[in-house]
Amino acid sequence: MPASYLWLIPLLPFTGFLINGTVGRKLPRALVSAVALICTAIPAILVAWLWAFMKSPGAPETFGIVSQPWIAITGFQVNFALSVDHLTLMMLGVVTGVGFLIHIYSVGYMAHEEGYWRFFAYLNLFMFFMLILVLAESFLLLFVGWEGVGLASYLLIGFYFTKDSAANAGKKAFIVNRIGDFGFLLAMFLLVQHFGSLSFAQVFGAISANPDWQGGILTAIALLLVLGATGKSAQIPLYVWLPDAMEGPTPVSALIHAATMVTAGIYMVARCHTLFDRSPYALGVVAIIGAATAIFAACIGLVQHDIKRVLAYSTISQLGYMFLACGVGAYEAGIFHLMTHAFFKALLFLAAGSVIHALSGEQDMRHMGGLRKHIPITFWTMTAGVVAIAGIPPLAGFFSKDEILFRAFTSPNPLGKLLWFVGLVTAGMTSFYMFRLWFKTFFGPEKFNHHADTHDHGHTAHAHAPHESPWIMLAPLVILAILSVIGGWVGIPIAFGGSDEAEHFLEPVFAAGVANAASFGLELTLAAVSVLTAAIGFYIAYIFYYKKPGTASVLAEKSPALYRLVENKFYIDEIYNTIFVTGLMMATRALLSGLIDTVVVNGSGRAAGASTRGLSKLTSRIQSGNIRSYAGWLALGAAAVIFVMVFGRTLWTH
Amino acid sequence: MVPIAYYLILAAVLFSVGVASFLIKRNIITVFMSIELMLNAVNLTFVAFAHMWHQVSGQIFVFFVMVVAAAEAAVGLAIIIAIFRTRQTLNIDQVNLMKL
Repeated sequence: MPASYLWLIPLLPFTGFLINGTVGRKLPRALVSAVALICTAIPAILVAWLWAFMKSPGAPETFGIVSQPWIAITGFQVNFALSVDHLTLMMLGVVTGVGFLIHIYSVGYMAHEEGYWRFFAYLNLFMFFMLILVLAESFLLLFVGWEGVGLASYLLIGFYFTKDSAANAGKKAFIVNRIGDFGFLLAMFLLVQHFGSLSFAQVFGAISANPDWQGGILTAIALLLVLGATGKSAQIPLYVWLPDAMEGPTPVSALIHAATMVTAGIYMVARCHTLFDRSPYALGVVAIIGAATAIFAACIGLVQHDIKRVLAYSTISQLGYMFLACGVGAYEAGIFHLMTHAFFKALLFLAAGSVIHALSGEQDMRHMGGLRKHIPITFWTMTAGVVAIAGIPPLAGFFSKDEILFRAFTSPNPLGKLLWFVGLVTAGMTSFYMFRLWFKTFFGPEKFNHHADTHDHGHTAHAHAPHESPWIMLAPLVILAILSVIGGWVGIPIAFGGSDEAEHFLEPVFAAGVANAASFGLELTLAAVSVLTAAIGFYIAYIFYYKKPGTASVLAEKSPALYRLVENKFYIDEIYNTIFVTGLMMATRALLSGLIDTVVVNGSGRAAGASTRGLSKLTSRIQSGNIRSYAGWLALGAAAVIFVMVFGRTLWTH
Repeated sequence: MVPIAYYLILAAVLFSVGVASFLIKRNIITVFMSIELMLNAVNLTFVAFAHMWHQVSGQIFVFFVMVVAAAEAAVGLAIIIAIFRTRQTLNIDQVNLMKL
C-alpha cells in the first residue's frame, strides 16, 4: 500500500537537510550534492509510483494517512495527517520533478560557490516544506508548510547574506509574506470557530452537506485566504517581494518562481474551491486581482533591463493568469497552467542562469546581444521556453493559457468579457517582452564587455569569451525544454481534437469542467485571436529590437514621463516605502521608542532601582552590628513563630 | 510524681531569664553565661519529655547539647580573651565590628 510510504516523500528531503545542514561543512562537495540529489530523486520516484498507483483502475480517488493526534483539546482536534488526491498528485509531480531538475542544475551552477553545503541544505529544506504544504490534509499542516517555504525562501534569497541587497531582499520577502500569513491565520481562526475543525475533509464536507450556506462567513474566510494567497503568490498588493527575490542564486529563482513557493497560493485557492464556490464575491475578487496583476506586472516587464527581473515580472503576470482562472471557477485550467508554467519558467530561469554564467555574472540585457553563436544549446532551449510562454502553438503555454482565456470569456462572471480582454492584452504583452528579451540577448551586435566584475557567483577567474555551461547544467535545460514543448499536450482541448487529459485528471477533485460541444467554434475563434495577439507581440518585438533597433528608445523619448513611470515600476516600492515603511517607522519610533521605551521600560527600570535602594536603606538599619539587637530580632522572630504555631490554626480557621 | 507542666514552666522561666539577660547585659561573659542558661532550659525540656515518653533519645540529645556547649565555651572563651586583648573591653556594645 503506497500510503505507508507517503511519509518518505517529505521526510527524505528533510533528511538531506539535516545531513547537509549539520555535517555538510566537513563533507566534500561531491558527497554534499550526492546527498541532496538522492534525497530529492527518491521522492520523485515515489511520486511517479504513486501516480501509477492512482491511475490504475480501482484506485481510490483520494487516500491518506493519519498519525497520532497533533493538537487535541476538548471539542477540537487536529491530526498529523497527509492525504493525496489528483490535485496533490499533480503538484507533487511538479514539485519533485522540476525541483529535482533544479537540484541537478544547481550542482553545476553552484560548483564554485562558497557555502555549497548550506545552499543544498536550504534547497532540501525548501522541498521538504513545499511537500508538506502540498500533502497536508488540514489547514494547520498546510500552514506549517506555508510558513516553512517562507522561511526557506528567506534563507535562499538572502543566500549571499554578506551583500546588503540580498539580505534586504530576503527580509522583504519574509515580511511581505507575513502580512499575507496574517490573513491566513485569521481565516483559520474563523474556521475553527465556525466548523470546529481544520481538516479539509471535515470543513469541505460540512460545506458540501449544507447547500444553503452561501456568502457571509464563507466570504470572510475566503477573502482572508485570498490575502494569504496574494502574499505567497505575489499578487497585487503583495507582489513587491518577488522581483527582489532575484537577489538569490539563479536556481533559487527558478525553484521559488516556477515549481514551489509562488504556486502555493494558487494551490491553496484550488484546494479550497469548495469554499470559494460558495462565495461569488470572493471569486470575483480573485479574478480581478488576477487580471489586474497579470496586466500590471506585464507592463512593468516591458521595460526592465535586468534579464532576471523581466522573468520575475513575467512570473507575477503568469500567476495572475492562474488567479484569474481560479476566479472564474476554472481551477483545473489554473492548475494546468501552473504545471506548464513550472516547465517553461523553470527552463527560462535556468537558461537565464546559463546566460549569466556564460557572461560571468552580467545580468543587464543592455550589455548582451549576439550570444546565439556562443552558447547554442542555451539559446535553443531558451527559445523553446520563450515560444512556450508567448503562447504560440503547439507549445505548452498555448494550451494552458488559451484554456484560461476561453474559460474567462465564457464564465458567468459579469466581467467575464473584460477579464478575457485584459488577459488577451496581457498575452500580447507577454509575447512582446519575452521576444524582446530573446532578441536583446541572443541577436544583434555583441555588447557584452569581457571584464564583468559584478559577478553573481564567485568565479571571476575565467571571465573572458562567453562559454557554454557544463552538461550538468544543460541537461536539465534540455529536459525542461522538451517538457515545455510537449507538456501542454496532455491538455489539448476537445475542440482541437484532443482529449483534455489534464482536465479529466483533475475531475475527481473539481466538479466536471464545462466542455459543451456548442462552444467549440467559439473556442477555436478565441484561440485564433490569442495566437494572432501573440504573433503581433512577436512582430513588434522583432521590429523594435531586431529590424530597427532604436525604435523603442525613440518611442520612449516621445513620452518620457510615462516611460520613466513604467521603468520605475510605477514607483510602487517608493509609495509603499513612504506610506507603510516610513509611516510605520515613525509610528514605531514615537510609540515604541518614545513612549514604551522611555516611559514604560526605562520608567519601570528606574522605579525598580529606586524602590530597591529605598528598601535597602530601610533594612540596612537592622544591620547595626550590635549583637544584642540581632539576638533581640531573633528572639522576636522565634516568638512570632511560636505564636503562629500555637494560635495560628485558630486564627486562620475563624 | 511531678507533672510535666511544672518542668516545662521551669524551663520556660529559665529560658526567658536567659533571653532577657542576653538582651540586657553588656558584659560579654554574662551574655555567654545566659546562653548556657538557655541551653540548660532546653536540656531540661528534653529530659522531661524523655522521661514522659520513656524514651532515651531526649537524654542523648542532652549529651549532644552539652558536648556542643562545652566546645562552644572553649572556643568562646578564647574569642573573649582575644577581644579583650585587642580592645581592652568586655562591653558588648563597643564590639560592633560587623556593622556595615
